[in-house]
Amino acid sequence: MMMTNIFTPRKTLIAIAAAGMLSGLAAPVALASEGGPALQKHDWSFNGVFGTYDRGALKRGFQIYSEVCASCHSLKLVAYRNLQDIGFTEDAVKELAAEFEVTDGPNDEGDMYSRPARPSDRFVPPYANEQASRANNAGAFPPDLSLMVKARKGGPDYLYGLLIGYKEDLPEGFELADGMNYNEVFPGHQIAMGPPLYDETVEYEDGTPATLEQHAKDITTFLAWAASPEMEARKKLGIKVLLFLFVWTGMLYALKRKIWAKLH
Amino acid sequence: MKFGTNLILPVLDWVDYRLPVFSYARDNLIDYPTPKNLNYWWNFGSLAGILLMIMIITGFFLAINYSPHTEFAFASVEHVMRDVNYGWLLRFMHSNGASMFFVLVYIHMFRGLYYGSYKAPRELLWIIGVCIYLAMMGTAFMGYVLPWGQMSYWGATVITSLFSAVPIIGDTIVTWLWGGFVIDNNTLTRFFVGHYLMPAVIYMLVIVHMWALHQHKSNNPLGVDMKSTADSIPFHPYYTIKDMFGLGVFMIIYMGIVFFAPDMFGEPDNYIEANPLVTPPHIVPEWYFLPFYAILRSIENKLVGVIAMFAGVGILFALPWMDRCRVRSAKFRPIYRQFFWIFVFDCLVLGYIGAQAAVEPYVTIGRIATAYYFAHFLIVCPMICKFEKPLEPPESISSAILKSEQEKTAKGAG
Repeated sequence: MMMTNIFTPRKTLIAIAAAGMLSGLAAPVALASEGGPALQKHDWSFNGVFGTYDRGALKRGFQIYSEVCASCHSLKLVAYRNLQDIGFTEDAVKELAAEFEVTDGPNDEGDMYSRPARPSDRFVPPYANEQASRANNAGAFPPDLSLMVKARKGGPDYLYGLLIGYKEDLPEGFELADGMNYNEVFPGHQIAMGPPLYDETVEYEDGTPATLEQHAKDITTFLAWAASPEMEARKKLGIKVLLFLFVWTGMLYALKRKIWAKLH
Repeated sequence: MKFGTNLILPVLDWVDYRLPVFSYARDNLIDYPTPKNLNYWWNFGSLAGILLMIMIITGFFLAINYSPHTEFAFASVEHVMRDVNYGWLLRFMHSNGASMFFVLVYIHMFRGLYYGSYKAPRELLWIIGVCIYLAMMGTAFMGYVLPWGQMSYWGATVITSLFSAVPIIGDTIVTWLWGGFVIDNNTLTRFFVGHYLMPAVIYMLVIVHMWALHQHKSNNPLGVDMKSTADSIPFHPYYTIKDMFGLGVFMIIYMGIVFFAPDMFGEPDNYIEANPLVTPPHIVPEWYFLPFYAILRSIENKLVGVIAMFAGVGILFALPWMDRCRVRSAKFRPIYRQFFWIFVFDCLVLGYIGAQAAVEPYVTIGRIATAYYFAHFLIVCPMICKFEKPLEPPESISSAILKSEQEKTAKGAG
């Protein structure tokens, strides 16, 4: 084939690959939330092609969720049974679920009744509905956390930045509304949620130093899992699929060259 | 068609005599004469066809797990992601497949623009292609509403509200589209039905597209007709293997995104359930609509803006009569070739502007880019046609190949 112009196949493929990579890189670069400092990028255990969720961080993160976040925030897309995926035994999950009450029914008499939650139930929310939630939180509605890591620009870096981004001293001239808190990375800097984590907010069973940064890291890892529980399976399968595709495509290229060689 | 005389093959003859599927496949897939000089830009049509099948299959499996009801839609998508076996794979293949579909089709269209594939006698082939593109846009728009996230809801609000700009019957059209006076369950249900129906329309249009293609066969980088058997090669094995190799490269990129960056094209806001009371700070459509979104926002008058946006696609129908230069390929059109790249750049600028907030300097840049977009079709193409002196295309495909090989040999000797 004649390839005198710029349309050569090799350049084409490079261009497509480059376009794909560029768009992939472009997204995380534009992280700076309006007016705030640029989000710090963290080396999360779940980053990268081979990334997995740090099991210790998941357990500690679940502890933080249970002891701190769960008093206001629901996690309604996650079921208790899902905890088995991050290292809880079946019995531990049963026990854990049974601490919560869910409404079931109607029974044979036509009445609704309460029963302990089962592993198949989704995490029981702290409030029955949005109105109850607002009534208990000075009008604010603590959002569900199931997809939080995927639902904000910057993902885990944003969440981490938000959790450690509370400042006592306001910048000059900043007017803080009543009952609000100043946060460096929250859009508009006024957030209804008070600082949820401090040093030693929870005591870790595994002896990890309970600093604010450690807390923020652990809960972010846990919520990243809650948002993308399929990630480890996805990446594991992805590596196999891509390895196959590389070999397959290489063989097809060799075959293509062989078949086309007969033409000239 | 004679298959043979053993035990099974006569059955094929029997069938073929009554319903010539085998002869048809031979004529159109195997012996089908194809220009011998197609480059890799000719891979994208068949790739788009394969991706259409992937979309239909993954779409079927998603649909059987999805609830088109405002109360359950968002949760049912998460049910697919979390509880359905390999549901995450189906969903990520489908959502990223939509983006990849547009990547392929845009490259396919720009290839047609560069090599003059819309020119006689392929005007209808091009027009049917534009129809497919329009059907794809409608399908993609309705599909994006189905997860019922914040961008789904607000994107649907912005786009459907455009129709209210139509004089007199505008509001009636919007009410009819919504199935009520607000975007609600009726809207979601009809969008789901539409999204499931439209691929059938696309599929049929693709068949007609193939029909028109096989009438005059593929254009080629030289833009000259196939004149003798020396110019063509059978589709199989030459282009089957070349398309397969291209498919492999495409799948590496597509699967790379599906498995390792599945939310790359998505907006984080769409992981928040639709809430009619909270408007997101920036409502942006999917990236493949951005150039047209930029055109829409460049014009202050709502009605004119809407007309301009649709005209942005509609003008493609007229292209075969805007550019009447008899030489097809930009290879032999020194002036057009430069303006082609300016036009590509203009489309990219429009796409970039479509993603920005409507503030200066983006508004002005968007207006200039919009004006140039239309000028390219209405002024630049006809003018080039009038003043450009195209180079003389070669006599035939085979003679051009012979010449270039002789030059190569001469260079090697010298």
